[in-house]
Amino acid sequence: MPSFVISDKCDGCKGRDKTACMYICPHDLMSLDKERMKAFNQEPEQCWECYNCVKICPQQAIEVRGYADFVPLGASVLPLRASDSIMWTVKFRNGSIKRFKFPIRTTPEGSIDLWAGMPEADLNNIKNPGFYTHQGSGVKLPVPGK
Amino acid sequence: MADFKHIQKPEIVEIETDFLAIGGGMAACGAVYEACRWAKGKKLKITMVDKAAADRSGAVAMGLSAINTYLGEKKPEDYVKMVRGDLMGIIREDLVYDLGRHVDDSVHLFEDWGLPVWKTDDEGKTHDGAYKGTKLRDGGKPVRSGPWQIMINGESYKVIVAEAAKKALEENRLETGVEQNLFERVFIVKLLMDDKVENRVAGAVGFSVRENKIYIFRANAVLTVAGGCVNVFKTRSTGEGQGRAWFPVWNAGSTYAMMAQVGAELTMMENRFVPARFKDGYGPVGAWFLLFKAKATNALGEDYCVTHFETAKKLYGKWAERLGTCIRNHMMIEDMKLGKGPIYMNTHTALQKLAETMTPKEIKHLEAEAWEDFLDMTIAQAGIWAANNIEPEKAPSEIMPSEPYLLGSHAGCAGLWVSGPEDFGPKEWSWGYNRMTTVNGLFTAGDGVGASGHKFSSGSHAEGRIAGKSMVQWIMDHAGYKPSVAASADDLAYEVYRPLENFAQHKNYSTAEDINPNYIKPNMFQMRLQKIMDEYVGGTSTWYMTSKTMLEAGLKHLEKLKEDSAKLGAANLHELLRAWENYHRLWAAEAHARHINFREETRYPGYYYRGDHLALDDVNWRCFVNSKYDPKTGKWDIFKREYKQIIPD
Repeated sequence: MPSFVISDKCDGCKGRDKTACMYICPHDLMSLDKERMKAFNQEPEQCWECYNCVKICPQQAIEVRGYADFVPLGASVLPLRASDSIMWTVKFRNGSIKRFKFPIRTTPEGSIDLWAGMPEADLNNIKNPGFYTHQGSGVKLPVPGK
Repeated sequence: MADFKHIQKPEIVEIETDFLAIGGGMAACGAVYEACRWAKGKKLKITMVDKAAADRSGAVAMGLSAINTYLGEKKPEDYVKMVRGDLMGIIREDLVYDLGRHVDDSVHLFEDWGLPVWKTDDEGKTHDGAYKGTKLRDGGKPVRSGPWQIMINGESYKVIVAEAAKKALEENRLETGVEQNLFERVFIVKLLMDDKVENRVAGAVGFSVRENKIYIFRANAVLTVAGGCVNVFKTRSTGEGQGRAWFPVWNAGSTYAMMAQVGAELTMMENRFVPARFKDGYGPVGAWFLLFKAKATNALGEDYCVTHFETAKKLYGKWAERLGTCIRNHMMIEDMKLGKGPIYMNTHTALQKLAETMTPKEIKHLEAEAWEDFLDMTIAQAGIWAANNIEPEKAPSEIMPSEPYLLGSHAGCAGLWVSGPEDFGPKEWSWGYNRMTTVNGLFTAGDGVGASGHKFSSGSHAEGRIAGKSMVQWIMDHAGYKPSVAASADDLAYEVYRPLENFAQHKNYSTAEDINPNYIKPNMFQMRLQKIMDEYVGGTSTWYMTSKTMLEAGLKHLEKLKEDSAKLGAANLHELLRAWENYHRLWAAEAHARHINFREETRYPGYYYRGDHLALDDVNWRCFVNSKYDPKTGKWDIFKREYKQIIPD
C-alpha cells in the first residue's frame, strides 16, 4: 500500500528543521519537491506500508492507497498516534467502519532512565558470561548439563 | 584511479572510532547499549551508522504484536530442542543455548523502558499492556500466545529500543568529546581490511544518502548487523506490491555480502525462509494458529498436515514428525499443486468457538486483538481485509507460501560462522571473542549469525548485546591498534560513487535515460537478479524446485550479472543507495545458490527442493555447509563442517 501525500495538506514542513516523512522513512522513499514545497513518494513499488510517514506527518497529509496490483479500491486504514496510544480507523470498501485503540507506551517519550537501579559494569567481569546487568544480581547463567 | 570527470567530487569525511556498529536495528541498538556501559570511563568511542533513522529502522520499524523469544520459566535446553527441531537438526547449539540464557534480560529492559506487555492476572484473566500489573522481572505472568511467544502492544517497540540506544550513545559522546557518534542516512557499502595485519578488519566506507559526502570509518572493532536479504527472488506481486515483502524490503543482504567479500566464513547460506502468510499482504499467522487456535485447511476442508503426513514421513523421516515450519509448508504446497487450493486460515470458526463462552464485551476485545495483530506489524493486511470486506469472525482468509527470504534471526539460519561462548561448547567453536566472525575484529549478531535461528526481535537485541560486550573486550585487549587501509580516500570515494559517474558519463547518449546501452539502472538490475533466482534457484515459479543442472546454469547468469554490476548507473543519491543495495543482494544470492548446489539433499522441503536429491540424507548431510570467498583469488571454497550435538534429544 504505497503512501501518498495530499497536495492541499502538505506544506513541505517548511517551518521545521527537516521534512518529517523524509526523515523517518526506513527506505528513503519520501522526497521533497522544492519548487512546489510538497513531499511525494518517489518509489511506490518499494513501499513496505509501514505507515511511519503517515504517523509522523504533522499535517496529517499522508495516507495510504492499497497496492494497485492486488487491492480493490475504496478502503482505508488510518492511524492517529498520540504519546501513549494509537487510534485506528478502518474503513471497508462497503463503507462500514471499525475503530480500535491500543496502548503504545507506558512511559513518557524521552523518559528512559538508562541505568536506573542497574549495576556499574566492572571490567574484571568482562570475560565472564552475562550482561552487565547480571553482575551481582545473584543470577548465575546456566551451562548445559548442569 | 580516482578521476571524477563527470560528477562533482564528494566531500570526504574521515572518522576514527574504537567501536563501529553498521546498522541501526535491534542488534545494533542492543550492541551500543551494552557496549556503552562496559566502556564507561574508558573514553572508548562508540559509533553507530544507520542507513535510515534509528527510531524506525530495521525489521521492527513498523512495530510488532508479539515478542517471539521469551523463556520465562523455560530452560535454555528446551529452547535449543525447539530451534533444532524447526531447523531440521542442524544448528550451532552453543550459540542457541547462549542466546536462550541471555534473552530474557533484554525483554525485562524493554518493559522497564515502556513497552506495554500483556499480562495474566492471578485469576487467569488476560490484560493488554495498559494494565498495571507486576513486571515480568518481578514475576509478572505474560500472556503466552505460544510456548515461546508473549503478546505485547508493540507499535512503538523500535522507538523505545532506539531511545535507549541513542541515550547511551549520547552519554558516550559527551564522555569522549567527539562531535558525532550516531550517523543516520549513511549507507555503508564496503568493509575495509587492514593492509598491515593479516585477516583483520580496519573499518568501513559508505556515503550519505542526503548530501554529497563519503564517509570513511576506521575502527578497532566492527559490528556488521544490517539485516537479512529481501527481494532477492522474484516476488509474487507484480507491481507496486513488490514493496509488500514479508520481511522488511530494505534488508538488502548487506550483512552477508560485505562480510563474505572480506573473506569471513559463511554458514548455512543454503537455508532460506518461505513464510506461509495471509495471501498478498503477508499478515502474520502466528497469533491465529497459537493464540486463537485457528486451523488451516485446503478449500475442501481437509487438513493437509494429516493427508500428506505419511508421505512426508517416508522422505523426511523423524524431522517430518516434528511438523516444523518447512514441513507444514511442504504439505500445503503438495495440496496447492493438486489444485486443492486456495488454502484457508479458518479465522471464522476459531473466533466463533472462542466467542461461545464470552461476554459481548469480551468478544469485542477479541475482535480488537485480531485486528491489532495486523495493525501492529503488517498494516497492509488490515487494508486488504477492509478492501475485500473480510470480517475475520465471518469468513476465512487465504494463506499462501511467499517468495523465499534469506535471514538468520527469524525462522531461518543463514549467516556467518562465529565464535561461540567460552564457558561451554566445543573448543574449536570458540576463538576467544563471542560472536566474532573468522575475520579478526569483525563481529555480527541478529540476522548475521548463522546456524542459530529463532532469535527474533528480543534475541537479536540480546545477541547484539553479547557481541557489543565482547567487542569492548576486544578493544581493551587490542589497545593501541592503529588501523591501516591501503586504498586512498579518493580511490574509495570514486569506487563508491562509480554508478553516479557511469550515469553522468553516458546519460546524454540516448534520449530516454532508462534506455541506454552503457549502463543498467538499479531497478532493472534487481529484476534481472530476481528472475535468475526465481527460475534457476528454486523460486515460486518452479514451486521452489531446483537441481545441480539448474543451479549451474543459474550461476553462469549470475556471473554475467556480476560483471555488469560495474555498469550500474545511478541518476542521484537515492539510486546510488539502490545500486549498492542490489549489488549486495547479488552477493547474498550467489552464496545462496552455491550452498544449495553443494548440499546434495533436500534438507528443507517446503523451502526448496533438490529435484536430483529429493530425500533428506542425515547420514551424509547432517552437517554444516560453510563457505569462504577468497578476495585475493576471487574463488569460493565450499566445505562441510561437522555437526555437534550438545543438548541430548
